[in-house]
Parts: sequence; C-alpha cells; structure tokens
Amino acid sequence: MSGDPGMSGGSGTSGASTTSWRPSTQHFLALFEPKGVVVAGASTHPGKFGFVALHNILVAGYAGNVFPTNRDGSEILGVQALTDIDQVPDGAADLIFVCTPASTNQDLLRQAAAKGIRAAFVSSAGYGESGPDGVRAQQELVDLAGELDMLLVGPNGQGVISTPASLCAQIVAPYPPAGRIGIVSQSGNFVSSFQNYAIASGVGISRAVSAGNAAQVGVADFLEFFADDPATDVALAYVEGVVDGRRFYDRLRAVCEQIPVVLVKGGATAGGARAAASHTGSLATDDRVFDGMCRQAGAVRATTIEEAYEVAATFATQPLPTGPNVVVVSTAGGWGVVTADAIAGDSSLKLIGLPDDLRADLDGKLPPRWSRNNPIDMAGGEGKDTITDVLATAAGHPEVDSVVFLGMGIQGNTAKMEREGRFYPDHGLERIVSYHERQEVRYTAAASDLARTLGKPILTATELAVTSPGNAAVRGVVDSGRYCYPSSNRAVRALGHLVRYAEWRRRRGLPTPPR
Amino acid sequence: MTSGGGRTLSEHASKTLLAGHGVPMPQDRIVPTAADAVLAADAIGYPVVVKLGGEAIAHKTERGLVRLGLVDAAAVRLAADELLQAATPDDGEVHLLVARLLRGNRELIAGLTRDPQFGMTVVVGIGGIFAEALADVSIRLVPITSIDAEEMIDDLEMQALLAPFRGEPAVDRDALRQILVGLSDAAEADPSIVSVDINPLIVVDGVPVAVDALVEVQA
Repeated sequence: MSGDPGMSGGSGTSGASTTSWRPSTQHFLALFEPKGVVVAGASTHPGKFGFVALHNILVAGYAGNVFPTNRDGSEILGVQALTDIDQVPDGAADLIFVCTPASTNQDLLRQAAAKGIRAAFVSSAGYGESGPDGVRAQQELVDLAGELDMLLVGPNGQGVISTPASLCAQIVAPYPPAGRIGIVSQSGNFVSSFQNYAIASGVGISRAVSAGNAAQVGVADFLEFFADDPATDVALAYVEGVVDGRRFYDRLRAVCEQIPVVLVKGGATAGGARAAASHTGSLATDDRVFDGMCRQAGAVRATTIEEAYEVAATFATQPLPTGPNVVVVSTAGGWGVVTADAIAGDSSLKLIGLPDDLRADLDGKLPPRWSRNNPIDMAGGEGKDTITDVLATAAGHPEVDSVVFLGMGIQGNTAKMEREGRFYPDHGLERIVSYHERQEVRYTAAASDLARTLGKPILTATELAVTSPGNAAVRGVVDSGRYCYPSSNRAVRALGHLVRYAEWRRRRGLPTPPR
Repeated sequence: MTSGGGRTLSEHASKTLLAGHGVPMPQDRIVPTAADAVLAADAIGYPVVVKLGGEAIAHKTERGLVRLGLVDAAAVRLAADELLQAATPDDGEVHLLVARLLRGNRELIAGLTRDPQFGMTVVVGIGGIFAEALADVSIRLVPITSIDAEEMIDDLEMQALLAPFRGEPAVDRDALRQILVGLSDAAEADPSIVSVDINPLIVVDGVPVAVDALVEVQA
C-alpha cells in the first residue's frame, strides 16, 4: 500500500480551526448516516487503499448508495465505477470518501458540493504532515471546504465507521459490533485498537472516526457531536496534544456534563511528549496540568488504551453508582481477598462492613462456614438457587452501591473439559454438562438483570474472559450485553472511574445522565 | 513555581496584594531599625522571626536573611543589626519584617503558575524538605470553584499528612480551600500576576498559615 496514514497519524490538533466556519449536526449526520457514499479514487488493485475502502463499505452491509469513481470507469467488486462525480445523481450521496492524490482534491470537493455532498473524509496523505507545501495545500483545502459549507475530516485519516448505518468507510480493518461508545482519535491506529477490543469483548461502538490531521474539525468537535448523539452514551478519545488548551477545557467540561468522556493521552512522559510533538506538532504541557484539567472538566483519564476501552465499556453497559460502597460476592475465598486489596487501594471506593440486617439475611441462605463479612465468600455452600439468591440480597441492600461478582465459569470450565473428553456423552456427562452450562448462563444473566432493575453496577470478573472466551459464563455475561472483566483488579479500576465521575456530577448538582 | 519574565514583589507587598484578594495572610510588622524591631517583637510576643525584606530580595533563605526562633530582645537586636548590615547596594531600599514564630510539623505549598497551553493554574502540594522528591501536587485551571478546591485537596496522595498527625489536629480543609480560591480570585482580578509562590504554608494547630509569599508581576 502506498503511504501509511496510521503511522504518520497526523499533524493534528484537538479542535482548533483556522477558519470561522463551524459544522452543524446536519454535517455530522452526512458523515455518520449518509444516504449515499462516493468513493473517489476507487481502485481495482486489492493492495490499494481505494480498493480496501470500497471493499469494507460493501462487506459491512451499508444499505445506501455506493458510487465508486476512478479514471477508467472499470468494474470493482461487481460495482460499475463512474469516471466523473458529475455522473452521480443529484442528492443521491452526502458523503465522499477521498482516496485520490492531494493535487486533485480541490476540484473533487467542488464537484462533490455541486452534487449536494455535505461531508468529505479525506484519507489522502501529502498535507500538513509532509512539510511546508503540504501545510499550504491543507489550509487551501480547509478554506475551500468552508466556502462549500462542507465538513472536512482528515486529511491523512484512516476512516470512519458508524454502526447505526452499517457504515465501514475505512482503509483498514476491522468493523466492530454495534454499541453505545463514540470514538475519536488523533491516531488512526488507536481507532483500530479500540475496534479490536470491541470485537473481543462484545461491547460495541456507535461511531468511530480517525481525525487524521484534524485540519478543519478535531477531537472537541466530535465530542460535542457525541454529547447530542442519540446513538452514543459515552465518548472515548485518544489525544496527543491540544493547541488552545483553555478552549479545549471549556468544551470538554460542557460535554462531560452531558455524557461521560474517557480520555487517553499520549505524551504523558517527557519521552512520550517528544514523540507526540513530532507526531502531531503540538506543544508539550506539564502532565500534571493535563491531569488536573481532566479532573476539573469531569473527564476520566485512563493510563492505557486497554484501560480506556474497558472504562468506556463499563460506562456503556453499567448504571452509574450512587455512592462508593462496594460489596464483593464470590463463590470461593482467594478471589475475594485479592479484590478486597484492590478496593482498599482506591480511595474513591469503600469496602463496607456488612450491615447487620444483611448478614442476618445471608445467614439464612448460606451454611455456617460462609465468611459472614465483606467479601461475601459463599465457601462452596451453594445449592441450585443460592448464588442468584445471595447476589440479589446483597445487591438489593440499600447501603450497597455496587457489586463485584466473582467465581463464575468454574462449572462451565469443568463442563468444557468433560464435553471435550473421550467419555462424553456417556456416563451421565451429557446431562451434567448441559446443566452446568445452563446454570452459568442463569447466574450471569441474573447479575445483568439485577444491575438493570436495581440501577447498580454489578461487574462480573473472571480470567476466563480471555483464557476461554467460549466459556458458558463468559458468553452469559457478553450475551446479556455486559463487559466480562479479565480480572477483579481491572473491574475495580473501572468501577473507581465510575464512582469518581458520579461524584463529580453529584458535587456539582448535575442529574444522572438521561442515557 | 515562578515562570520568569516578570519582577518580584517584596514579601510584604506580596502578602498585602494576596490579602487584598481574600487569601488569608498573617499580618507581619514592617520596621526600619533594630530598635523598632525590638518594640515590635515585645508587642507580638516571643519567640519571633526577623527577616530582611525589600522589592529586590527574592531568595531570603538562600542568602541567610531569615532569623528564626529569637527568644528575647537581645537576640532580636543582634539579628536585626546583622540583617541590616547584610544588605547590599543591589538590594535597594530594605526593611525588617518581624513575625511570630509559627511551629508545626507539616508544611504545604500553594501558588499560581502559568501553563503555556492552559493558561493560569492554581497549585497545592505537600511542602517541606521532601517536597521535590514527593512531587505530590494537585493542579487546576483558573478560575476554580470551592468544589474544585476541595477536589484538589482530595487528590493529594499524602492524605495521611492531612489527617490528625503527631498530636496535631487534621488540616483545616476549609481554610486551605479558602487560600486556593483566593489565589484563583487574585489571578482573575489582577492579570498582571505572573506567578505566586506561597512557601511554606505551615500547618499550625491544623490551620495552614502563609509564612512566606512571593508574587511575580509583569515587568
């Protein structure tokens, strides 16, 4: 492939613009929910971005019109290419995905605007990231787009996806499952990383966009769109630098008042800051200032890409806790102990002592050897309905704000070994395997139902989420629309972020977000 | 915490400026002579601190221009004489600053500093001899609300130092919050402020008291 926009990422900023033109919601809808897409520079060569972009749009199931264009008008993937945008019926498309060389793009945008196209995603390189001539060409493109009343995303970006429209206009894979997370990134590669996590976890994405060089619109513009987007419940952004920090802060805070925002910032260390400066051309700032800015604005700052997705997935799939009090419910001892340590290590969370009435209730449901405190260790004393009963009792207590639920998947793991062993299905194995798997699904589905009916987060954690993702308990969590945490430490970390955001809202008298 | 490029006010002028914006500041006595310093010390009560002050004097401790723990009139007279003799022509007009000696096991720092990306910021941190090694600070953008100030204090890692400590009560968070909001108000009201460094902020019976303050203003 020619060029690598993922690596060069972009000389991006997080929201500065050099023109006064501002996009409206209609412009963003032309990008995310287009009725038709023109793929300019579509190629018959499967190694070219112009081929991959068209391929991905066609295979992801986009239902609108798709108009590939190229110079020779050849057929690509069964679609007849047009030799000129003039041949696109008026008003049939409102997004153009640009894979053509930078030198031809001004004419292209003029023609596109004449056809009623309101948004352009420019993947072409050769702009701000490539020296003074490129900077000039980029500025000219921005000025032109403003004159044409056109949203310009990129240039030098990897693409845009929008699951409500089944749109995958990207020069890279993958295409994630549908969900409620809206993503914007100053580095295209991290858009792919987040989408990969969406596929692995089953917790999906609403919109994702690589801002590329962010010449006309940047991170803050997309965050503002996500705040008002009915398809999006939480925003997730990768940022390397901001140009007008004060303005970015004001806009970020306004978005955080509407929906949770998870930020991960590259360049937090001196070495990383030097790399970011060469990547995006942005100035370094004292990381502690950025950190304080996030706390003040109400944004959740994650330290790693993995943590960022996990926290966003938690916001997307769990209710906000109303307080810091956590109870751990475990089928066995060691997990609960380690989880208690993790909770003690987060000053936002509180491992409460069990209230007397809750302890008395649980005494009636568990054999005498149970832990009789928090963590609630059932100590293997469970009958058929004990787990769901104990979970409902603990989660339902008014002093309990959230629950970490451990020990799921053990029966499912045994069932897997039995199902795959040579004695299956005889010796009663078929029946017991099926029973174990049903029980795992029952427990995890019950946890999900309780979280919804009680309005309290219940986070299920087991390493089987990564070691054996087909495990019945893991499937039970995922199929009920929740995130299955690979460890209780990670569940606790995500929960801490939820508690801090909820507390940030509470202290400022902001109501729980409506979505 | 100074950003450079400006001129520094004397300790007395710094404290007066900050007090004018609602930052709680203990009022020191400013006197011209050793004899006046003794009268001031008698009025305040011993032990006292005597410092040499002036517009051009910024690094008093490094130059040995701070005399702590003076227990009687003779000690004050001796210290005051020595300080006045230590003044150099570069120091310009100088004065003596007499204050009660404040004792506390804990020191904090607070101030204002300008970030190239985010503009003026308020800072609070753990002070004292380990301040730089601990690097336990919390920062917010001006302006801050009382809620922001409360969260800044909550964000400090060394919460144990803010709790009851070695027989002293917990740090008065309301008083600390008032200092931080006052700093933010000062930055908003007076755009000529380049930086403010309140160091140390000694915790006396739980109350943080600004023992020294340095304001840098645009030249």
